[in-house]
Amino acid sequence: MTDRAVTAAFRFGFGLPLDPAAATPEALLAGLSGPDRAAMAWPGVTTAEALVLLQREMGLRETKKTDPDAAAAEARAIQRAGLILQRQGQRATFARALGGAPLRERLAWFWTNHFTTVPKGRNQLGWPSALRDEAIRPHLAGPFAAMLKAVATHPAMLFYLDQIGSFGPASKRGKANGRGLNENYARELLELHTLGVEAAYTQADVRELAELLAGLTVRPADGFFFDAARAEPGTETVLGVEYGGRDTAPIFRLLEDLARRPETAAHLARKLAVHFVSDQPDPALVEALATEWRASGGDLSRVTEVLLTHPAALSGGAAKVRPPGEFMASALHALCLSGDEVYGMAEGPFQRLVIRPLAAMGQRWEAPPGPNGWPEAASAWVTPVGMAARIEWAMQVPGRLVVPLPDPRDLARAALGTHADAALLGAVAAAESTREGTGLVFASPAFNRR
Amino acid sequence: MDRRYFLKGLACSAAAHPLLTTVTLAGGSPALGENRLAVIILRGAMDGLDVVQPRGEAAFAARRPGLSATPALPLDDFFHLHAGLGALLPLWQAGELAFVHATSTPYRDKRSHFDGQDMLEAGTGMDVAPAAVRDGWLNRMLQSVPGIVAETAYAVGRDEMKVLMGPAPVREWAPDQGLPLSAQGRRLLERICHDDPLFREAVADALDLTQRDGPRRDAAGTAGAAGTATPVEAVADFAAGRLMEDARIAAFSLNGWDTHRGQAEALRRPLKALEQAILRLKLQLSPEVWARTAVLAMTEFGRTVAENGSRGTDHGTGGVMVVAGGAIRGGRVFGRWPGLDEAALYDRRDLMPTSDVRAWAAGVMRGFYGVDAATLEGAVFPGLDLGAAGGGAGLLL
Repeated sequence: MTDRAVTAAFRFGFGLPLDPAAATPEALLAGLSGPDRAAMAWPGVTTAEALVLLQREMGLRETKKTDPDAAAAEARAIQRAGLILQRQGQRATFARALGGAPLRERLAWFWTNHFTTVPKGRNQLGWPSALRDEAIRPHLAGPFAAMLKAVATHPAMLFYLDQIGSFGPASKRGKANGRGLNENYARELLELHTLGVEAAYTQADVRELAELLAGLTVRPADGFFFDAARAEPGTETVLGVEYGGRDTAPIFRLLEDLARRPETAAHLARKLAVHFVSDQPDPALVEALATEWRASGGDLSRVTEVLLTHPAALSGGAAKVRPPGEFMASALHALCLSGDEVYGMAEGPFQRLVIRPLAAMGQRWEAPPGPNGWPEAASAWVTPVGMAARIEWAMQVPGRLVVPLPDPRDLARAALGTHADAALLGAVAAAESTREGTGLVFASPAFNRR
Repeated sequence: MDRRYFLKGLACSAAAHPLLTTVTLAGGSPALGENRLAVIILRGAMDGLDVVQPRGEAAFAARRPGLSATPALPLDDFFHLHAGLGALLPLWQAGELAFVHATSTPYRDKRSHFDGQDMLEAGTGMDVAPAAVRDGWLNRMLQSVPGIVAETAYAVGRDEMKVLMGPAPVREWAPDQGLPLSAQGRRLLERICHDDPLFREAVADALDLTQRDGPRRDAAGTAGAAGTATPVEAVADFAAGRLMEDARIAAFSLNGWDTHRGQAEALRRPLKALEQAILRLKLQLSPEVWARTAVLAMTEFGRTVAENGSRGTDHGTGGVMVVAGGAIRGGRVFGRWPGLDEAALYDRRDLMPTSDVRAWAAGVMRGFYGVDAATLEGAVFPGLDLGAAGGGAGLLL
């Protein structure tokens, strides 16, 4: 086990122990091609399943008028069904992290966070998981434009960023009901998803883009639906380019153009480097990523290859802190839990030992505070309360997941490899119990940094 | 570019050019001086019409045949206080409790808890997409004051407190957070974190904070007695403990206000929690500090004027802000009363808001911390027009 392999496993996977099939950057990259076995082995939520909740919610509106008690019972039933879907998605996330190809899973987490969606009600609880499986995962190693289009036509995003409330002011439905544009999705599409906040776009671009997007909506019977009756007639000019035509064709042209823009290349090059390597990444790495992005038109497999093979990718100290979700998956991995074991965990323990502690550590699972997703800075996670919650988990939970616990000295070497220094190994050996020795491994800076 | 002030392309020009003016404060440490502000977010939309009942209005009983029969205590010859807050009546009589009625954020029509709370905590108006401003108004107030340290402001409890989050440093703590370590484990943990300053300081603070549970008075006011506190009391105790030391701002949440069914029963627990939180803050703060404290309890929106078919109420618009503290001008209900005639309602269903709830908070920050009007209207509450907000003055003594 070389130091390079350990660093790669920490930065681009869920740490140690090392899967021999993913022991080098090249092997990690190889895990990106081929069928999505992890998603097949541990299914999340399908769009069709998530849509059923919306259909039931629509039915509820009628029931409310005639039978309030039945409506209240149905509302609770929708809530329960939504929670079941949400938890199915949570289990799938952690099962795949343990049993899937590490880089593929980390990229799925990264892009899912890039395209953050949060449910806004009981009938939306299945959407984020469906978005991840149907709009993100199939495109991890393909053109970025393909992911962008899949997200733009997925109900999860259209609900979350209020696109369903946007009407072309001159459209048939806009005129009939006096409704107008909601610019939320258009703005975030430029600011967060593609160009970045520093790019030179204007309010007029946002407005024209909102007009261009106005046909995108959700219909309970179909899920995603392009509604010509709310699409703004005529051509729109975004970033100096005219987009006209019918249906989704001009929108897809725009998304392809956005995906290739140099501002998008620069924005996402930096975001990738910041997330995987350092909060202050080597400018040479960022430039290499941006160059590859521009040259390939946003081919994510080629950009990802640069991310893993650039000299700066594995150099420097462990500058990043694992966010709570990664801390959790890495700890479960170090404790040798399998995907099947996590997927098959009873709901009570899964919530109590995995999901709720994440909230205490500062990461309310799948509910980031805004459309910009989770913070990257180490200081955002290593707070007194966040650290106390990590320590509490480290000291109390492993012994409930693995009986008997391994010798903490062996655990330290297995979980940290060359990242365990003599001081840490000495402290672990000096712990007064296996429980505290184990806790020290998981609470250590060496385990929490990558 | 620094993201914190970046409200790209928004209609509110003040927010797009947010050159925050620097507030000059009279001496005193910390930077905010001696006044304390506690903000409680009541999540789920508290029914202001049930909490402060307009019994002097004939339409009230007519629109709420069941709910208007719940016990209530007279505040004056028009408003009655829900009996679930009955233990606060002595504060009302002492001038330490007030209400603002028929107030709301600028949020209208969609009546979504999520968007409503986002807007309440972001302190924005309808011209800004709810998620477009990522920091909270309390944080932006802190950003406008030089010399703020993290210890100045605490978010307490397990709920995310967007109202306090943002680039200005703040502390978060949950009093139920334990740190199960033996003396040896603690020593070893400090040793392995020693060479990593970020971890070393976080661990040291965590170890310190788990030792501090507030001033430890029991419900009878006996100093030094540990007593058994409810979870809400533990949150209030911890907040009060910090406010007694270097903190000047504390924020926490009280949940459970979404009373669509059986409201008479459903409101008991959240009202009890609100009552406990306020009483506990007063109990744990010294009389001198309580005299310089204001508590603002605000909710995302009010509820429908009419009772619904399941003896509850649905999402509405105008509602109530609860105000407490020794620094406030209590014993009165603030806000212009709009009436309950159908024509006077918002959308013919909700209590008409006659003031912007942000203006009242702005008034307190102005009076307490000297934050000037331009900063309040431009940066803290982008788009707020204090002159046209329908209120905001007079809450403080």
